[in-house]
Amino acid sequence: MGEVKPLAIVLFLVIVGLVLAISFYTARRARSASGYYAAGGRIHWGVNGIAFAGDYLSAASFLGICGMIATAGYDGFLYSIGYLAGWVVALFVVAEPMRRLGRYTFTDALDAKFNKRGLKLMAALATLIVSIFYLIPQMVGAGVLIEPLLGLPYWAGVVLVGAIVITIVATAGMTSTTYVQFIKGALLIVFTLIITVALCVRGLSTEPDQGGRVPFYEYKTITATQTAEGITPEDPAYQKVDQYDLKVKDKVTSFVKLEKDGVATWWKATVKDGTVTLHETQEVVIKADGSKWINGAPASKDNKLRLVGNLSKIAGKEDVETGAVNPFRFLALIGDPDTTVNLWKKAAFTHQGESVTVYYEAPVPGDTVTRPGQLFKLEGSAMDRVDFFSLMLALFFGTAALPHILIRYYTVPSQRAARKSTVVAIAAIGFFYILTLFLGLGAMTNATVNPADNNMSAPLLAQSFGTFLFAMISAIAFATVLGTVSGLIIAASGAVAHDLMDRFGGIIKNERQKVVAGRAAAFTVGALAILLGIAFHGVNVSFLVGLAFAVAASANLPCILMMLFWKRTTSKGMIASIIVGIIVSVGIILFSPTAWELYGLVPTDAPIPFKNPGIFSIPASFLTIIIVSLLTKRDMMDESKLHGAAQATAAPATTK
Amino acid sequence: MLHEPANVVTGVDEAAAYKRRLGLWMLAVYGVLYLIFIIINVASPKTMGVIVVGGLNLAIIYGFALIVIAFILAIVYNWLCTRHEKSFETEGKA
Repeated sequence: MGEVKPLAIVLFLVIVGLVLAISFYTARRARSASGYYAAGGRIHWGVNGIAFAGDYLSAASFLGICGMIATAGYDGFLYSIGYLAGWVVALFVVAEPMRRLGRYTFTDALDAKFNKRGLKLMAALATLIVSIFYLIPQMVGAGVLIEPLLGLPYWAGVVLVGAIVITIVATAGMTSTTYVQFIKGALLIVFTLIITVALCVRGLSTEPDQGGRVPFYEYKTITATQTAEGITPEDPAYQKVDQYDLKVKDKVTSFVKLEKDGVATWWKATVKDGTVTLHETQEVVIKADGSKWINGAPASKDNKLRLVGNLSKIAGKEDVETGAVNPFRFLALIGDPDTTVNLWKKAAFTHQGESVTVYYEAPVPGDTVTRPGQLFKLEGSAMDRVDFFSLMLALFFGTAALPHILIRYYTVPSQRAARKSTVVAIAAIGFFYILTLFLGLGAMTNATVNPADNNMSAPLLAQSFGTFLFAMISAIAFATVLGTVSGLIIAASGAVAHDLMDRFGGIIKNERQKVVAGRAAAFTVGALAILLGIAFHGVNVSFLVGLAFAVAASANLPCILMMLFWKRTTSKGMIASIIVGIIVSVGIILFSPTAWELYGLVPTDAPIPFKNPGIFSIPASFLTIIIVSLLTKRDMMDESKLHGAAQATAAPATTK
Repeated sequence: MLHEPANVVTGVDEAAAYKRRLGLWMLAVYGVLYLIFIIINVASPKTMGVIVVGGLNLAIIYGFALIVIAFILAIVYNWLCTRHEKSFETEGKA
């Protein structure tokens, strides 16, 4: 991603200084339990709405979705749609009851009508599981982000993020967390908009040169002949060294190693109308001695993979620059059937003791990147379609059951404020998600995608507009991690200190102890997050975000909905439902192709062919709660009794 | 032992039944739109590539529409709920 930029370091330090200043300034508000866990319930709904966005738009949303759109087009945008749609469930069904029934944690609301220790325990465990699954990718993302931004090693980045977040949470709890998330959410939306405007002003080009900063690189092609001995280039300047035929299922792809001027590189062969053509690629080769070579030379600071992605035809025209276009025209031109988009694919094989990864151009018509199909094989088998349906289901039902999102409802003074803040959140998050399509397609067409890692596509796109935007977007990406991790740690610390130590274990004696326990829990969970972040270095953990959604949708949401809308629901039914939701969703993932790949096994050998458990785990959880509730004794309290109980505790009025 | 009651339900929210009914209806409307979107993707992905207006295909139009409609429904829901709550407040004062 380029050398460390001094401006990026300055902006990073400004962001860190700002969040720490907020934390120490607001620390005095966190002396009571209400202040620490719920910011005293005094946050303005507008601030809370943007803080929702700051909490929700994690590194997975910002970096992951933009990267996915940059390499797979519209399929990445489907995540944006699903993530936003989930907020509708939150607004229409969950927001106000959560505010009315709960005090500090998700467990409070779930257990409000039952007051059962078993339910407190299971709901707290579900909170911890979802929070930890969500935390790991955030911490890994932090380490990866810090490496190019500050030039620090991965582990140092993880420790740095962990230390800052622990400070934010431990000093002022939910108050500082709220303002950190507010600032991050606002900056993210504003600067994403700035990049989108800059993209439209720049327009599209068949030879994108990043505003003159990086010369466009044209990949060479040479004709070849195929004989019984293999493929041979016709250009005498190139000497054939080797050939590897990669077989995947029934398809064979040939790679030919050619040497020119003492440099040997792998080329990809294609055959069209009887003519064999060799296409220049990019490659990473790990030699037998462990040395890393890129594009035929040793890897170094100056020899890295070139950034890729461009249009070779725009609406049927070659060698064209459109100039400034409006946002709709921008999308229409990329999606034109006569536009050709050069996507990049990867092939990996081991040959003569060398581990070879080849990245090659894969031109596709524009209309295939603006509709589904590049990532999700929707024209494939029935199983692929069921898997897609399952994913969209989990995204829809998962958002409204994420504990670190739900606790934000306790930071506002009333149900009405909870509702209004959700409307603001939908506006802010929806607007941001619309912009992700522009950022992703912008990276795809502006030669700003690292073929080996698409996660940095958004910062790299920003870099194409100059150092300031790059530095700002990198600093915001870092703040993104801080905001989300803070929310997760405070949710987890609430589950430990409030749900488990106080309400389940009964070992908290007073308010002060509860705050101290919360801070100690924040330290512990933060330290655990650091260790997990370091342990998962280099592991593709992005699927854990999907798993967190699946567990939330399976274990938490059925309980919330049934508790609110079915008076026959019992605490035992809810406990059983949480257990079944967790076991089925985690179980399916552990035996899925995704996990098999993670274990280093062949994904197609996985015993369960589905990657997304929602379609099974959500109905299983609903069915469990219905059956067990019908088989057990009613124990749900009437809400009028709760009203009386609460009056006795003299809590403040909350209906306005 | 602190072990305080978790709930803070205070004051009867007289608009609660109305808001719950309205919320469920609006969720049903949005849920149907979302479901149709998924079904088209799964059953006929090529249909999503059909150009609808201004060179934009159904996938982009429908995707943007789902986001914009969520916002519009949210505004309408909030407006109706607030109006209903205020009518109870006015009755209470009278």
